[in-house]
Amino acid sequence: MLAISLAVAFAAPALAGPFEDAVAKFANDDFSDTDEAIGAVATSGNPLAFPIISALQDGRLSADPDTKKVFITQADGKIIDAATGAAVDKLPDNAAAVRLNNRLRRAVEAALGGLTLLSPDPAKRIAAAQSVFKSHEESALSVIDGALAKETNKSVKAAFAEARAAILLYKSDATEVEKLEAVAVVKARGDQEAMALLTGLGGDLPPNVARAAASAIASIQSNLAMWSMVQNAWYGLSLGSVLLLAAIGLAITFGVMGVINMAHGEMVMLGAYTTFVVQEVIRNNYPGLFDYSLLIAVPLAFLVAGAVGVAIERGIIRFLYGRPLETLLATWGLSLVLQQAVRTAFGPTNREVGNPSWMSGAFELGQITITYNRLWILCFTLAVFVILLAMLRYTALGLEMRAVTQNRRMAASMGIATSRVDALTFGLGSGIAGIAGVALSQIDNVSPNLGQSYIIDSFMVVVFGGVGNLWGTLVGAFTLGIANKFLEPVAGAVLGKIAILVLIILFIQKRPRGLFALKGRAVEA
Amino acid sequence: MLTKLTHDIATLSRRRWLAATAGLVLGLAAFSNAKAQETIKVGVLHSLSGTMAISETTLKDTILFLIEEQNKKGGVLGKKLEPVVVDPASNWPLFAEKARELITKDKVSVVFGCWTSVSRKSVLPVFKELNSILFYPVQYEGEESERNVFYTGAAPNQQAVPAVDYLMKDEKVKRWVLAGTDYVYPRTTNKILEAYLKSKGVKQEDIMINYTPFGHSDWQTIVADIKKFGSAGKKTAVVSTINGDANVPFYKELGNQGIKATDIPVVAFSVGEEELAGIDTKPLLGHLAAWNYFQSIKSPENEKFIKAWQAYTKNPKRVTNDPMEAHVIGFDMWVKAVEKVKSTDPDKVIDALPGIEAKNLTGGTSKMLPNHHITKPVFIGEIKANGQFDVVWKTPGLVAGDAWSKELEGSKDLIGDWVGKKCGNYNTKTNKCGGQGS
Amino acid sequence: MTPHVLTRSLDRSATVFLVVVAGLGVLIPLSNVLLPSGSSLQVPTYLVALFGKYACYAILALSIDLIWGYCGILSLGHGAFFALGGYAMGMYLMRQIGSRGVYGNPILPDFMVFLNYPALPWYWHGFDMFWFAALMVILVPGLLAFCFGWLAFRSRVTGVYLSIITQAMTYALLLAFFRNDFGFGGNNGLTDFKDILGFNVQADGTRAALFALSCLALIVTFLICRAVVTSKLGKVLIAIRDAESRTRFLGYRVESYKLFVFTLSACMAGVAGALYVPQVGIINPSEFAPGNSIEAVIWVAVGGRGTLVGAALGAVVVNYAKTYFTSGPLAPYWLFMLGALFILVTLLLPKGIVGTFNAWRESRKATEKANAESAALEDGVGEPKPAE
Repeated sequence: MLAISLAVAFAAPALAGPFEDAVAKFANDDFSDTDEAIGAVATSGNPLAFPIISALQDGRLSADPDTKKVFITQADGKIIDAATGAAVDKLPDNAAAVRLNNRLRRAVEAALGGLTLLSPDPAKRIAAAQSVFKSHEESALSVIDGALAKETNKSVKAAFAEARAAILLYKSDATEVEKLEAVAVVKARGDQEAMALLTGLGGDLPPNVARAAASAIASIQSNLAMWSMVQNAWYGLSLGSVLLLAAIGLAITFGVMGVINMAHGEMVMLGAYTTFVVQEVIRNNYPGLFDYSLLIAVPLAFLVAGAVGVAIERGIIRFLYGRPLETLLATWGLSLVLQQAVRTAFGPTNREVGNPSWMSGAFELGQITITYNRLWILCFTLAVFVILLAMLRYTALGLEMRAVTQNRRMAASMGIATSRVDALTFGLGSGIAGIAGVALSQIDNVSPNLGQSYIIDSFMVVVFGGVGNLWGTLVGAFTLGIANKFLEPVAGAVLGKIAILVLIILFIQKRPRGLFALKGRAVEA
Repeated sequence: MLTKLTHDIATLSRRRWLAATAGLVLGLAAFSNAKAQETIKVGVLHSLSGTMAISETTLKDTILFLIEEQNKKGGVLGKKLEPVVVDPASNWPLFAEKARELITKDKVSVVFGCWTSVSRKSVLPVFKELNSILFYPVQYEGEESERNVFYTGAAPNQQAVPAVDYLMKDEKVKRWVLAGTDYVYPRTTNKILEAYLKSKGVKQEDIMINYTPFGHSDWQTIVADIKKFGSAGKKTAVVSTINGDANVPFYKELGNQGIKATDIPVVAFSVGEEELAGIDTKPLLGHLAAWNYFQSIKSPENEKFIKAWQAYTKNPKRVTNDPMEAHVIGFDMWVKAVEKVKSTDPDKVIDALPGIEAKNLTGGTSKMLPNHHITKPVFIGEIKANGQFDVVWKTPGLVAGDAWSKELEGSKDLIGDWVGKKCGNYNTKTNKCGGQGS
Repeated sequence: MTPHVLTRSLDRSATVFLVVVAGLGVLIPLSNVLLPSGSSLQVPTYLVALFGKYACYAILALSIDLIWGYCGILSLGHGAFFALGGYAMGMYLMRQIGSRGVYGNPILPDFMVFLNYPALPWYWHGFDMFWFAALMVILVPGLLAFCFGWLAFRSRVTGVYLSIITQAMTYALLLAFFRNDFGFGGNNGLTDFKDILGFNVQADGTRAALFALSCLALIVTFLICRAVVTSKLGKVLIAIRDAESRTRFLGYRVESYKLFVFTLSACMAGVAGALYVPQVGIINPSEFAPGNSIEAVIWVAVGGRGTLVGAALGAVVVNYAKTYFTSGPLAPYWLFMLGALFILVTLLLPKGIVGTFNAWRESRKATEKANAESAALEDGVGEPKPAE
């Protein structure tokens, strides 16, 4: 029926009465009326149907409750009367956008799916086929059949075939052969949607079909179970990268310098707030640059946190060398001050840091969903790690830093300005914590408490990996991340975490100096 | 003594300078005396630092704002109100200590405060012992009715149950994920919901319950589990009692993993305008929240309140939320009760409060019930792209708060009635008052 | 024997400390109970509760000073022992509520009733008897410390590694106790206590008695600590603190010494927790928070590490500052004050309050001595030898 109406849509002008009545229902501000209107408009065959429904989806459809007139604000800003298509100068004062709820949004999507199956854009055709697959609306069958015959694009064709199979599965008068073929097509798709479709089938199936469906479900399930291992491994890597990012700055200040910096988490927080400030400036002044906000924020966060770090080193920590446990005390006080300072300056509530478009959304790899933000954070972490390692190995500062770590007095006698190296090392560690904050702002709260939630985990990672060894931190972070993610589905989030902590405690008994222990005299220092 | 003094002054009238001096001294004494008596002290017990500052600081500002407004109208009983602000620093024993300090040292007439259940439990013995009044403004798990506490937030039957009803009827949800932070409010709410869902014919295998620790930030596994659970061919919804800080990463993960409200809607009981201010809400379009108040509700009272609040905080973007409205109602009720009995004496005010009515901001009139809970309307809102909510459903009238849930085995026969029975946990089967309060 | 130990272990500051604590422990309760309320000399009940809390914190600080100041073990998880002692007491107090609970169940505490526990979990049995609970107050933290220390000290986990795994321990316990399924009331913890040994916990008299008891416990703990550190055992502990390997090479079983003092200290922390709970009226998992343990270490550092008197003093000073700053117009800024206090103390008074005071007194003595002798030595004002 939809096909017929679509076919006549461009040929004959629609009858005025029922279509206009249907459109007027949008003005009632009642969800069931809107629902009816969507159905009536979508099947009306009127050329305005597509503009109306897509305007409704985007919130560009407005209605005047008094005159029952409905208007479309077109993408170019022009306004037309939805019932007639006539241009209108401006919206009446009391016109308000037609409201939707979830049920209506689904109806809109289904209607648009039917209306865009013939869209010239292949991506839109695939999306339309997907929404038909989900809704398996029988009325779309003939359109799909027609579209399938004409379709040349391979992936669109596959999507159409799947949508057709979904419809046939649920069509009561489809033949057994058709249904068996449909089960095979859906089984080949093999994802959760396919499983949802198959498990949702009712009990009144021919026995052969029921059997085929059951075996398809079993095969999809075992396939998904295998993928869930891959998924856990990916989640573990992703969690590990977050841990590594948070801990890597600490590995420098704590591992290399022996300073127990309890304010490390606050450096992360400063980085996150720097991101917020950068985004705020960009939002207000240069909205076009929003996608680059993180790129701008990374060096700034490094500078801000690094500068604060150098100031802390010069102002407090340098007086406490040789008394490592007292740095714990002073930096704890400092972390309280920094938290409260941020709370006073930015308010106690969360601040909004948006994801740039290239960090939003996800893509499917086989049967697992990989979100872009996690993927980018993993790449970013590894990049930071490599750069840091290269810096320690190949630059003069790196050389001096390693020398001071291994033997401070000897390094001093060789003419290294140890106090300058200390300040720069601390600044470097803090700066890296700052850029960790930029990344963490993408997945976590930006609030004054941000740092507190990472400090304990960071210490665990550094100690587990072995103090003073960046490779240890890397291996430690990924081991803990992956172990956590494999434990979580079995034991639950809380017990999983407890188990990890107990494992760390026991592990330290076995290797009292972590995974990669430093050897030689430095140990006794 | 005063007459004697005036007499003395009269006898000394010849020495004018002395009289003047004495008069001055007397005047000063009278003035300072009058000033000391003129104010009524109001305690504000909300965390301004620590993990809960994120939610509670706004409530402190709300009370300060309400006190200022009241003082502009001339205060209460002709006296000005004076706020006494303390910071219990999200530290539960400190809540008890500060409550004690407010009541005994500062001699406040009433305290507005607390957010978490544990903070309320921590101060409860103090309020009972020292016989003072606490107004508690946050939705909570119920199962409590105390003489000294007035609960202006929602009980479970004023938030959770209507929300589930809506999803069942309007969205035809058949499968449920009950996800929450592991503490008493989600535990109890989920227990009530589980019993309620089962009574509506939902099977055990169609309910998934998941608890996470406070501040949980890595939601990848759980969101993937929800997705999997939702692909069983039945319409699925998530009922979230996830608390505070953990919500932002949860919603970010939902958005990124592409779970849209049209597929699996999430209805939350702890996410309001204030929490959404920290998230980019575009991917969250259509997810739901159930509250007794939304900033977007159009009513003259609400518009006036928002305007005054934004002027007071000098921030035209400052949002309002449900616990704030609870404080507005609670404060109004307290003022009315004090004016009714013309005293701030706790016993008199406690007895006067049940039955007091106050306008809420959504166009209705809330009433304090004998169980010390209030009547409230319930709204279901969908998240809009601008961080506000669009009300898609509301209860036809006001819902009375149940102190004791009818869905739970242990409490279905209990009622709270501080007017007739003078008891917070009266058992209607045995006609006896429980052990509490004795 | 005992008097001898006492006299040997007491120097002047210790005597002053004991007299002050004993004096307060007697005078404050008496003034609270005997004098009419409103009298200017009467100590109000809320102050009694507050001071009682400080006394418990002081005991905790002493227990930390014993291992950190004298044996070099920096535990960042001592709050765990404190909280375990507190939970043992809390369980006793919960059982005492009996049928006066909200649901009127004679056996199960309220939180178990609404979480539908069919029966009392096995580990809750016995806590209706005070002697059993009191035993557990010492035994549970002691046992945990023993097992933990036995593992850690034998494997020679030292320094920051030890600090971090003690932190992991308290963090794991925090998460465990937060779980409602664990059977300790989850986040809400244990609260709404009624009686202790038949006395109403909220009565002024009980509070005064608990305060006096806390002072007594503080004195006893102090005496035990003094006895330990001034004995031969104490000398070995200090040797371990200053040069662990050397002590081991001299033939001492370092791990046994450490294990003994660590377990003793955990028991003391447990007692502190047990006295703390009835006075503040709640025990909840936040006591396990790693931040709390770090703060307790900071009290010791503020007062003076390795001085005992300083540890107790530091606990009182820091907590009084916290109480003071969190009220009044300064409330929004109290973290600045507290943070600044920690930073300044570490920078300006590296030996803590008492340590600096002692050093100053000794240097003045030395100066007087030098002046009196007025010897030809021009650099006669010798810096006192640092403790380490």
